[in-house]
Amino acid sequence: MFEGVMLGLETAFTLQNLMLVIFGCLIGTFIGMLPGLGPMSIIAIMIPVAITLGDPSSAIILLAGVYYGAIFGGSTSSILINAPGVAGTVATSFDGYPMARKGQAGKALTIAAVSSFSGGTIGAILLFMFAPALSSVALLFHSAEYFALMVLGLTAIAAFAGKGQVGKALLMTIAGVMLATVGESALFNAPRFTGGIQDLQSGMSFITLAMALFALPEALYLIFDPKKSETGNSAESIKNLRITKDEAKKIAPVIARQSIQGFLIGVMPGAGATLASFLGYGVERNIAKGEDQAEFGKGSIKGLAAPETANNAACTGSFVPLLTLGIPGSGTTAILLGALIALNVTPGPRLMIDNPAIFWSVIISMYFGNVILLILNLPLIPYIAKLLTIPRNYLIPFVLFFTMIGAYIGQNNATELIILVALGILATIFKFAKYPLAPLLIGFILGGMLENNFARSVNITDDISFMWERPMTLGLLIVAVLMVIIPMYRQSKARKAAAKKEA
Amino acid sequence: MKYFIAQFITLIFLCTCNLYAKPMQHIHFLIPGGRDGGWDITARGVGEVLTKSGLLKSVSYENMSGGGGSKAISYLIETANTQKNTLMINSTPIVIRSLQKNFPESFRDLTLIASIITDYQVLAVRHDSSLNTWDDILLAYKTNPKGLKIGGGSRRGGLDHLVAAQIIKAAGADPKHIRYIPHDAGGRALAGLLSGEVDVLSTGFGEVFQKYQSGEVNIIGVTASLPVKEAPMIPTFKSFGVNMSFVNWRGFFGAPGLNPKKVIKMRNTFKSMLSTPEWESVRTTNGWSNLYKPGVELKTLLINQEKTISSVMRELGFL
Repeated sequence: MFEGVMLGLETAFTLQNLMLVIFGCLIGTFIGMLPGLGPMSIIAIMIPVAITLGDPSSAIILLAGVYYGAIFGGSTSSILINAPGVAGTVATSFDGYPMARKGQAGKALTIAAVSSFSGGTIGAILLFMFAPALSSVALLFHSAEYFALMVLGLTAIAAFAGKGQVGKALLMTIAGVMLATVGESALFNAPRFTGGIQDLQSGMSFITLAMALFALPEALYLIFDPKKSETGNSAESIKNLRITKDEAKKIAPVIARQSIQGFLIGVMPGAGATLASFLGYGVERNIAKGEDQAEFGKGSIKGLAAPETANNAACTGSFVPLLTLGIPGSGTTAILLGALIALNVTPGPRLMIDNPAIFWSVIISMYFGNVILLILNLPLIPYIAKLLTIPRNYLIPFVLFFTMIGAYIGQNNATELIILVALGILATIFKFAKYPLAPLLIGFILGGMLENNFARSVNITDDISFMWERPMTLGLLIVAVLMVIIPMYRQSKARKAAAKKEA
Repeated sequence: MKYFIAQFITLIFLCTCNLYAKPMQHIHFLIPGGRDGGWDITARGVGEVLTKSGLLKSVSYENMSGGGGSKAISYLIETANTQKNTLMINSTPIVIRSLQKNFPESFRDLTLIASIITDYQVLAVRHDSSLNTWDDILLAYKTNPKGLKIGGGSRRGGLDHLVAAQIIKAAGADPKHIRYIPHDAGGRALAGLLSGEVDVLSTGFGEVFQKYQSGEVNIIGVTASLPVKEAPMIPTFKSFGVNMSFVNWRGFFGAPGLNPKKVIKMRNTFKSMLSTPEWESVRTTNGWSNLYKPGVELKTLLINQEKTISSVMRELGFL
């Protein structure tokens, strides 16, 4: 193994490969900032370039750079204009955007960069140590476990419900799960709830929904509320990138916990960065106490650090099944797998033995990509954040424009725009009525997977006995129940204590 | 909106027609799905080879997803007179979906240009599975059909399900009792096989070929009539005495009423493309097999496929 590592180091640290990582990170960041263009499309765009390089190590090094860059770029648009282009950065906008609105855009971007870096780095180290061993864990997960995992993900919603909002949050979750059932299910070939509209047959597009729920209402809200619109961010506050010692102390344990949790979720094929970021956010909110907890959703640095760390760690984790089993755990890794195969490299248990240089240079370049990303992006943050100093009345049309483009690009389907605007208006009304919109999107994202895995499990066992007969499923479900009960218990205890004091 | 797009495209065509008076200078590929799907990769691969090898001056692409391809089909038929240079890519699902009445049109409403490639279907098992041969699988199915979990990357009533049923039916067993476990993609189904969630995997040859080469998956049989060039060791189902074959073809369709001269020109272009070195490299990297069947030949293939599929679907209760 040691020889392999050395060989990988040699490969990764050639001048050409170093340049490729830098180039990849830059391209990825800039394209990733456009809402609607997620890592998947960007990697797809870059594949021809990578393949012409000829050398599989260089190609995958370039693509890994693009991948990381794109994820960071996606966080940027989530934070600055509340337009998450990728499911994995939805949770980033929960606290990132409020921070930007408070004039802490620079700080928010720095925290995002630092947490991404730490998550990615710790993830890379874990990958380095455990990749061979973890490959067998990934295969222990059957549909039943995935179902339990999705249930666990949905419990994160408890974290988004403020005081007296639990009912509203639940309602929105159910609406989200219902939206996920539109179109053909992955199990049966019949259209459901499409109202006879052809464009709905393959379901709602995630990007359209994300834009409709976050970017559009925000822009419309600002138009309706001109007072809010005038709060331009002074250039000074954006320049203020520094994280104070106190803040660093606050987010350090979050980063440590979420790196590990995110990585483990990423290892499971199919779960990926999205679930990792939601669960990370939920768990951190439940752990947080008192004022810290109330801060979540209003610009908490912990709430920003958690999903950012988790999604990067999960991205790294998703390389475990790709490299050691040859199973793509997500759309993005599926594209990477395609690129590797086109270069005559077969990922799988034999990759580490047959092609140690490729295996280890990928892992090393992933770590390296993280370092480059930090070095490149930290100095760039003030310039990126300047975007917010543009007066709102000029910025809003741009946000609307990119939102429209983003929704159109993915499918090249003009009907998406009508759906986008219709849902956007609906979401604005919800926003005025103070309904939280995030649970709707989470319900939508997890709902589809929840249904598929549940139906498949029932299909296999003929009943729902898998819920208690499979120990891992049972364990995950119990954790899910605890995730809901503990905060409730804590709250009632706090209420009783308060009542006692008064008495 | 549709009207506007049509006008816009017409405008582009008018421009290109004026600029390039000679035919076969330009092909506009209509792709009925999103970026990076199977259709997209094939159409863009073909377009690139055509322009690189000098068989075609220029090429453009349009992705039109919606309704599993039905949107693109009805669009092509509705705007036929402005689609003189447009070719739509499609594959076996056009047959299945029109049988399922997912869209009112069928391949008969289009101009059949030619099929160019095919993937064959296979049945695969884990390398350490107790089911090592076709006889094992058939016996297991016959003794306890519900106990044999067959996974696939398509929905119930989709390609992988129907082909598995067709094989079992051709072997003389009743396909009605198949326990088919659907997954959302071939990769997921493969993970299901490796994790032991399903016993047998029904999928495309290309999906499991890498795993077959690395020895993790054992391919029981392939639905080709003759052994596949890339892996002559894999037996065909015909060699087991199971009288069936299935090709998952991909090919191009034009709008209804295309000029016959132009159609012939298009077919010749594809035919000469298949023997270029540029195509050979695209073909091998993607693991495709050539299957050039122009016009009437393609029609015969589709009619036969329609017949087999509809009889299987009827037996499974999908029709």
